Amino acid sequence: MNKSERQDKVEEGFEPLIVAFCCNWCSYAGADLAGTSRFEYPPNIRIIRVMCTGRIDPTFVLEALRMGADGVLVAGCHPGDCHYQKGNYMMEKRFDYIKRAVDRIGMEPERVRLEWISASEGGKFAALVREMTQEMKQLGPSPFRPIHNPR
Amino acid sequence: MSVEPRVGVFVCHCGVNIGGVVNVPEVRDYARKLPYVAYAEDSLYTCSEAGLAAIKKAIAEHNLNRVVVASCTPRTHEPLFREAVQEAGLNPYLFEMSNIRDQCSWVHAHEPEKATEKAKDLVRMAAAKAALLQPQTEPEVEVIGSSLVIGAGVAGITAALSMANQGFKVFLIEREEEPGGIVRRLYKLYPTLADSSEVIDPLIEAVKSHKNIELMTSTTLKEVSGYVGNFGIILTSPGGDKEINVGTIIVACGALNYQPPQGLYQYGVYDRVITQEELDGVLRKRNLGKPERIVMIQCVGARKGEIRPSALEAFPKSDTAELLRRILKARKEEGWPYCSRICCMNAIKNAILIKEQTPETDIVILFTDLRVYKEYEDFYKMARDLEVRFIRHIEEVPPEITQTSDGKLNVAAYDALSGLEVNFPADWVVLSTPLRPRKGEVIHARMLKIPIATDGFLMEAHLKLRPVDTNVDGIFIAGTVSGPKDVSESIISGEAASARASILMGNKKVRTDAITAFVDEDICIGCGLCEEICPYGAPKIENGKSKIREILCRGCGSCAAECPGRAIIMRHFGDSQILAQVKALLVPENLKEVGSQ
Repeated sequence: MNKSERQDKVEEGFEPLIVAFCCNWCSYAGADLAGTSRFEYPPNIRIIRVMCTGRIDPTFVLEALRMGADGVLVAGCHPGDCHYQKGNYMMEKRFDYIKRAVDRIGMEPERVRLEWISASEGGKFAALVREMTQEMKQLGPSPFRPIHNPR
Repeated sequence: MSVEPRVGVFVCHCGVNIGGVVNVPEVRDYARKLPYVAYAEDSLYTCSEAGLAAIKKAIAEHNLNRVVVASCTPRTHEPLFREAVQEAGLNPYLFEMSNIRDQCSWVHAHEPEKATEKAKDLVRMAAAKAALLQPQTEPEVEVIGSSLVIGAGVAGITAALSMANQGFKVFLIEREEEPGGIVRRLYKLYPTLADSSEVIDPLIEAVKSHKNIELMTSTTLKEVSGYVGNFGIILTSPGGDKEINVGTIIVACGALNYQPPQGLYQYGVYDRVITQEELDGVLRKRNLGKPERIVMIQCVGARKGEIRPSALEAFPKSDTAELLRRILKARKEEGWPYCSRICCMNAIKNAILIKEQTPETDIVILFTDLRVYKEYEDFYKMARDLEVRFIRHIEEVPPEITQTSDGKLNVAAYDALSGLEVNFPADWVVLSTPLRPRKGEVIHARMLKIPIATDGFLMEAHLKLRPVDTNVDGIFIAGTVSGPKDVSESIISGEAASARASILMGNKKVRTDAITAFVDEDICIGCGLCEEICPYGAPKIENGKSKIREILCRGCGSCAAECPGRAIIMRHFGDSQILAQVKALLVPENLKEVGSQ
């Protein structure tokens, strides 16, 4: 899909698909709290649970993009709050080169995001999904989308 | 995979919680068409007795070897469903949950069609992962019937006595020369106004004479090795080192009273500006004289704004020591962010004691918020009846303290009710300061591998559900080491921690988590990166290959993500299992491929 085709999609009001990797202890719990609190957010996100952001291999993020995800969110515990002491710091270091890799292959680096969301920040989680969905809508469909995921 | 996966999918209505938004029968019918799904049904409440019975029945009737429940969150319900699966004869780890309530129906209540599509995606992802799940076993280890209690304050002593009375051997260590902790230095305790010695002295006597307790003062922790059931400990004291082995550890090394920096409210400048702790000493010695007025200022160095995560993000390589160093440095200047919960009662208690000694003294308590809960409300009323004056001042304008020409002090504050400046000439100014974490806790946290929270206190495994557990099996926390507590709360947490430790020691064995990492030795090149990054020291290079001691592994999976050769495989959260979810979501047309990987 070239740039002008993608622009057409933006105007059609396409629905982006965002893959989120959330750590069990903070962000996944924060997403649960958004539910318990009935904070509504757009249904464009699909969460994959891992025990810690330290588990997230950069290839998970890149594979998701290659398969046509319009955005990828990695969410973990705030600095200092990691259930495993420093998994989130390790993710933070990796994220630098994930961003660079995304940039290198010609994708907008805004399509990948690393955020800290605690178990008590249901509101923050909902706001983040709203914001990110809006951003992806403006960016348009991922350039990899038509190859693998025509819907 | 020798046996073809046969996945059973159970979609829950959760009353109207899911069913009122998501079209559950549609999701069920969709699930039936998915690869490897041999059976699918829906039920009103899958977690009910009938719902669980239906899962067991379906496993037997349809020869299922994997189960997916699409309902609420695994954080609350996974244990229940795993148990049901196990009762039906399957390995409990051949179960996967799909969160279509907390993360779907509840947050998309006004978009039922899109929520239904999302639920289908989530079920498809869970079924794809389920097809790749492997049975896991939880390793079982023996637990030695002895415990190490670090810190002989009121919490540590309580915990030690409770375990010793159950027949367990207890090593109780204390860094100071005398046991008793902070309580030993207090004067009287609220709300009974009992002398602190009435509480602590009998406890100290009891630990000193108990046959199951070995009390070691001037002793600190030097080294910790091993794991739940069998920790190897080296203790150090001026008399030399000592090696012991224990099954459990209780950390009860307390907190410190915040010492205001020189000049804060003229503290350290004028002799008669003191802290509540120092007032305790003055009252004990009856050195107060006959003051006309005493002004107390609440929240000195407490509730001073949140620590902003952005301020901490500057040091990605930080370990707990560096983190706490930064926090302590910032807090030295600004004070601590939390409410220390004991200062209001402490001030009221000392006000009442002053009124007892010199009833004519006028006492003014300047506060921004007063927190007196449960029966302490009566204590507050008692102070009101004694004509202690509580005046709310404007938080943004801290009271100013000056010395008048006659050598007295003057406190100028803005009354929040009138908005006017009020002046109180005073003989004494007493600052109510919070409890703060000890610097030394960094050393404990690092040795014991338990995390420190952003406020600098040790972090519990779960604030609500596991308040005295740490996330290291066999290590528990008691007293103010995890946050400010008064004496009775410290005793409660001491009892609680001892009960948690005694369960392990009483059972004599414990099962640990099965979600750990292991090494594929054919691929491992022995580079040692895993050994370097693991916060728990689980991987070890032996004969050029890494070996992960599963009992030490906490299952974060950092090593699996970092391993350059992909030689480390994470049980239950393997690369293929995670990527199967990604693929199932984004490339559903190739699903069959995913399952056969």
